[in-house]
Amino acid sequence: MNELLSNYLPILIFVGLAAVIGLALMIAPFVIAYKKPDPEKVSAFEAGFDAFDDARMKFDVRFYLVSILFIVFDLEVALLFPWAVAFREVGWFGFWSVMIFLGVLTIGFIYEWKKGALEWD
Amino acid sequence: MDFVVSALDYLLGIPIFGWGTQVGFIYKGLLLLVALLIFTAYILLADRKIWAAVQVRRGPNVVGPFGLLQSFADLLKFVFKEPVIPASSDKVLFLLAPLVTSILALSAYAVIPFDKGWALADINIGVLYIFAISSLGVYGVIIGGWSSNSKYAFLGALRSAAQMVSYEVSIGLVIITVLLVAGSLNLTDIVTAQQSGGIAHMLGVPWLSILNWYWLPLFPMFVVFYISALAETNRPPFDLPEGESELVAGYMVEYSSTPYLLFMLGEYIAIILMCSMTTILFLGGWASPLDIAPFNWIPGVVWFGLKLCLVFFMFAMAKAMVPRYRYDQLMRIGWKVFLPISLAMVVIVAFVLQLTGWGWHGGAV
Repeated sequence: MNELLSNYLPILIFVGLAAVIGLALMIAPFVIAYKKPDPEKVSAFEAGFDAFDDARMKFDVRFYLVSILFIVFDLEVALLFPWAVAFREVGWFGFWSVMIFLGVLTIGFIYEWKKGALEWD
Repeated sequence: MDFVVSALDYLLGIPIFGWGTQVGFIYKGLLLLVALLIFTAYILLADRKIWAAVQVRRGPNVVGPFGLLQSFADLLKFVFKEPVIPASSDKVLFLLAPLVTSILALSAYAVIPFDKGWALADINIGVLYIFAISSLGVYGVIIGGWSSNSKYAFLGALRSAAQMVSYEVSIGLVIITVLLVAGSLNLTDIVTAQQSGGIAHMLGVPWLSILNWYWLPLFPMFVVFYISALAETNRPPFDLPEGESELVAGYMVEYSSTPYLLFMLGEYIAIILMCSMTTILFLGGWASPLDIAPFNWIPGVVWFGLKLCLVFFMFAMAKAMVPRYRYDQLMRIGWKVFLPISLAMVVIVAFVLQLTGWGWHGGAV
């Protein structure tokens, strides 16, 4: 078998075992527990009232902003991983390349800070 | 035929019975899984006991001596409870969410080295794997909150997802500073890199290896990592997603019986994962804190467990002593404090390393 793939096979086996245990726990009460559903019990919880309307409602746009910012910075982190590992090999050239990249990103970060994208009030 | 035999040997081989050339990976995986689940049961009990002790209560003390069997009694109770599936929910996704959470949390442990060579899969990108798996953890929360079709669950899921992704960024940058010093993505290599050089070697006391570990040279990052880990795993003081005074139980509000148990299990397994990551990245993994006679006789896995428990004790004390944050404060500290600090530290650490060559393999130290 391919050397690289055989390194990852134990992970697959482990995830499979975890899935078996998770599924077993999940199915167990459906098999053995006492079940008596009634309309009150299976309605969505809303502090004792009947649900006023559908729960899938409009929500604050800031959550979108946070996820977009997250994508930018998480990509940055993913890009820096190989640089950090190869840090000894790439020398000053690699160092300054990444510093310029981080500088551009920091300017963007300052801009969104000034624009108020990070404010929650 | 040959392939089938070697595959069976790989999965189920037992050398003791004269069959097979290695211990099958299914046995190793099961052993790890069972050990992990039992450990989680006692970590959960320890959490409750520490919390109780801080509030001068006894905590669970009825089931078994000192309540030692409490978690197993809870497991039985969960299994015998009625599983309620809300009528308005999306039923497949509703049941999928806790499965996703618990399986993802468990699967990260395949690469954790508990001792030298004790990782189930010693892959060369272990850190990246764990980073990816813990990022995927958000899916369980989002699926669970959305499919419940309940307002509390929906708001809790939104909050929880935003909180987890915010702190993911600073965790990633902290990991990068460790990678810069260690020079490898392999978790075993990161631990051995912490033995080979460092402050203790500089001071001329190489046996005092507790000073070698990265918590000392990267102390600000250690603190940022610890606090971000609290937020990432929705632990108090950052447990806003389930803030019971406002959102009842957040994204878990519609769950009962073992689906709820799987969410809680996933949460505690993720907490232990964060404790092991702190141990590996900053506290020298399985290494003994003093590299002299009586201490380095103790097996590495014991040291690993002790360090893990120490980090978890800090988690539990934070839960017991610190009041809950407000949501805007939480987002402010994540984006406006931790992100700039960790970004600046990446630059500083890289610059210092480039100037001095500190920590290079076979280098000055």
